[in-house]
Amino acid sequence: MKKNIIVIGNGMVGHKFCEKIVAKNNNFQIIVFGEEPRIAYDRVHLSSYFDGKTVEDLSLSTVNWYQENNIQLILGDAVIEINRESKTILSQSGKTQAYDYLVLATGSAPFVPNIPGVEKDGVFVYRTIEDLDKMKAHAVNCKIGAVMGGGLLGLEAAKALIDLGLEQTHVIEFASRLMPRQIDDAGSKLLQGKLDQLGLKVHLNKNTAAITGASQITGLAFADNTYLDVDMLVISAGIRPRDEIARQAGLDVSARGGIVVNEFMQTSDQHILAIGECALYNSMIYGLVAPGYEMAEVAASFLSGLDKKFTGFDMSTKLKLIGVDVASFGDAFISEPSCTSIIFEDTLKGIYKRVNISLDGKQLLGGILIGDADAYNMLLQTVNNKIVLPPNPEDLILGSRGGEASSDSGVMALPNEALICSCEAVSKGQICNAVTDLEVTTVDGMKKCTKAGTGCGGCIPLVKDLIAGTLKENGVYVKNVICEHFDYSRQELLDLIKINKIQTYDQVLDTFGKGDGCEVCKPAVASILAGLWNDLILKQDTIQDSNDRFLANIQKGGTYSVVPRIPGGEITPDKLIVIGQVAKEYNLYTKITGGQRIDLFGAHLNDLPTIWSKLIDAGFESGHAYGKSLRTVKSCVGSTWCRFGLHDSVSFAIQVEDRYKGLRSPHKLKGGVSGCIRECAEAQSKDFGIIATEKGWNLYVCGNGGSKPKHAQLIATDIDSETCIKYLDRFLMFYVRTADPLTRTATWLDKMEGGITYLKNVVVNDSLGIAADLEAEMEYHVNTYACEWKAAIENPEMKKRFSHFVNAPNEKDPSVKFEEMRTQIKAETW
Amino acid sequence: MSEIININNQIESTAIENLFFACYTQDVPENGGACVKYKEDQIAIFNFTRRGEWYATQNLCPHKQQMALSRGMIGSTGDNCEPKVACPFHKKTFSLQTGACLSGDDYVIKIYPIFIKEGKVYLEIKD
Repeated sequence: MKKNIIVIGNGMVGHKFCEKIVAKNNNFQIIVFGEEPRIAYDRVHLSSYFDGKTVEDLSLSTVNWYQENNIQLILGDAVIEINRESKTILSQSGKTQAYDYLVLATGSAPFVPNIPGVEKDGVFVYRTIEDLDKMKAHAVNCKIGAVMGGGLLGLEAAKALIDLGLEQTHVIEFASRLMPRQIDDAGSKLLQGKLDQLGLKVHLNKNTAAITGASQITGLAFADNTYLDVDMLVISAGIRPRDEIARQAGLDVSARGGIVVNEFMQTSDQHILAIGECALYNSMIYGLVAPGYEMAEVAASFLSGLDKKFTGFDMSTKLKLIGVDVASFGDAFISEPSCTSIIFEDTLKGIYKRVNISLDGKQLLGGILIGDADAYNMLLQTVNNKIVLPPNPEDLILGSRGGEASSDSGVMALPNEALICSCEAVSKGQICNAVTDLEVTTVDGMKKCTKAGTGCGGCIPLVKDLIAGTLKENGVYVKNVICEHFDYSRQELLDLIKINKIQTYDQVLDTFGKGDGCEVCKPAVASILAGLWNDLILKQDTIQDSNDRFLANIQKGGTYSVVPRIPGGEITPDKLIVIGQVAKEYNLYTKITGGQRIDLFGAHLNDLPTIWSKLIDAGFESGHAYGKSLRTVKSCVGSTWCRFGLHDSVSFAIQVEDRYKGLRSPHKLKGGVSGCIRECAEAQSKDFGIIATEKGWNLYVCGNGGSKPKHAQLIATDIDSETCIKYLDRFLMFYVRTADPLTRTATWLDKMEGGITYLKNVVVNDSLGIAADLEAEMEYHVNTYACEWKAAIENPEMKKRFSHFVNAPNEKDPSVKFEEMRTQIKAETW
Repeated sequence: MSEIININNQIESTAIENLFFACYTQDVPENGGACVKYKEDQIAIFNFTRRGEWYATQNLCPHKQQMALSRGMIGSTGDNCEPKVACPFHKKTFSLQTGACLSGDDYVIKIYPIFIKEGKVYLEIKD
């Protein structure tokens, strides 16, 4: 007979507890009661609900997950009474349920101060999706919104109001600064400046005396006799632990709120545990999610008979508030004369950094980072591990400024006890030992072995550095190899394949590799083979990434998108009509892409061949949107129409796109051609960009958009079209030959010794003497190009692969579901 | 482990009538996967030609509930060459032998005993 656990509360911590307990053992029958009508969701990112995230996006789990793990989930039914004598609970709907262990994860409720008028319409709190729905409904007719409370949550709520489209948003704070628990006055001032730029008016030292209006709020009256017109108000003045049922049941509860727990999360009744924001440990409520998760781990361990204790939690935080990095760690507020503070302030860029250092200058005590919190992880480690500071501690926040590179900084200088993964409590020593003793050399392996990095994932960069650092210390030559199956870098493997003229993946693996390959080396070798021999990729379909295997881009729900090539973005009305007809016939969602072409989404695998045969009949070719290959060459309209245009940028873009179409490369390639310096094609944000000058073209290389935008750099000026093509041939082939897998040109250049000067020498001055080879290889590529889709639909064997069920080839995937949005389809959210 | 599977595959004596005939061997690409329909369920079948082995798992990737594993790349990992499949969506990998997630999550996928006889692929499915 399994013992019963009842979990009260299905918030973030309650859900985490369920995950932890089922991962640890199978000895319990678990029942969860949730007061809210929906399954646990991410409250930390609640404001993203207003900038496009759906309830499903925020959801942390699914009903299926609970079913699969045999957890009974009862939502929309609050537990109203605990009977400790009979060990039963009573729910709102009248259910009585016996428990062996009870876990209280009831969370907290917003604290609403007793201000006259607080009951009026248009006054909200900010905690649940229901609260957000109510705000959304009310905001329709509102112009001015205000948030009472300038703490962390208040600023999140303010972002929500901005996202709701209010014309003005105000933040009212009683204290003399924003986020009084995390940052200091100077930091607050800087943050206030940044928020002001974003349209957020901050009022400090404001004591709200009354909320005015008849039945609906019209304004706020302050104690200093000032007044603010307001159409809606969100109160975010702190939290109150939900301890009412615990109090009723006679458990030890603090007078100021919170269920008293010991280091095992036990309340004063040994069969009842409390975790998360409702629990009071050592006279403290931990109002952040990370300590809540740690409590869930401790409680699950305790019930599984494992020895784990909660010993308090570091409340250091790093977050992005309305786009601004804010971090505070260690003792952020200790000030002179108890310590020495080094402060760096750049009001132009909006950066504020403060580090507090012990009087002997040896230890970092804490600090604050605003605007740039990249150093947070290292600084936090330095505090927590009491690492002795270097002679110039200002380097901590300013970076090393010339002179000798500091030799012993970085992760390897951390002591073995340093906590690297705080979600799973994994120390540096455990990670290094796993590398040395168990020969774990990958992040995935480390996740499996130590669980490090399986929680929030924030420590993964540190884990990576520790693995590399430990290997290096152990005298292992850390080689940049493709994966566990090949002891070669991509460039080395490419040379070997080329010299030995190998054509297939299996041969490559037999000759130079070991094991059976994997999802990393297969597409990498596929890319090398395609770059060298330009053979039809579908001849080896199962080594291709899914997109390449089916020559289309897999999308949410398992359907594919179709992108015909539209060179230079030029298209005839007739071809536009064909795209429209095809989209209509197959009920596809259509959208113009960033690369001046048209993407058709929602195609079933089975329909791809017929869709393409229609497109090919109309003169279209594959757009290779699915491949690590040339995507588009974007162009502005150029001299044929534009009164500023110097050259015909469209014709040149089409020529360039046609030349390099189908070129397989380490990562995707994008190009642009602009007809004048106004740069309407945004060519400088591409892997290669060409801009017309009075005398010819300027050629830029190695730019990209994406998460780390990089401007392309100039390598040749005022060259004619022929020279431009010649340089491009060399540049692209040099990249195809030498870059690591999945490395864009900008990153490739970053890692290149000698940088742009070296690259320019190779491409323009032929410093390596390989220019003729590179050009010949490109010529071979151009001459052997064939449209992959044409080849696929002409080959019955290949065509047959485009079905979902091999035992029911005409049936489409029945699990595909669409929703409607603005009269088109969209994939069902996951 | 691979020996056991190979023995399993040679089921001279096992009664075929209790098994589900899924498809023909040539329906599944070499060193790749394909999906078969079984009642309302979807099952991924992998033809690990390189090892001379066959595997079958649920087609649903538990991470984002997508019917996609049959379209994933297969391979092996570790010194024991544990066979695995990577979901095409986010590259979560799963052992083809145990169904365990190898990329650090707690998911486990269903695996089905698979038998090959006279060019036909059979699955043992316990409803």
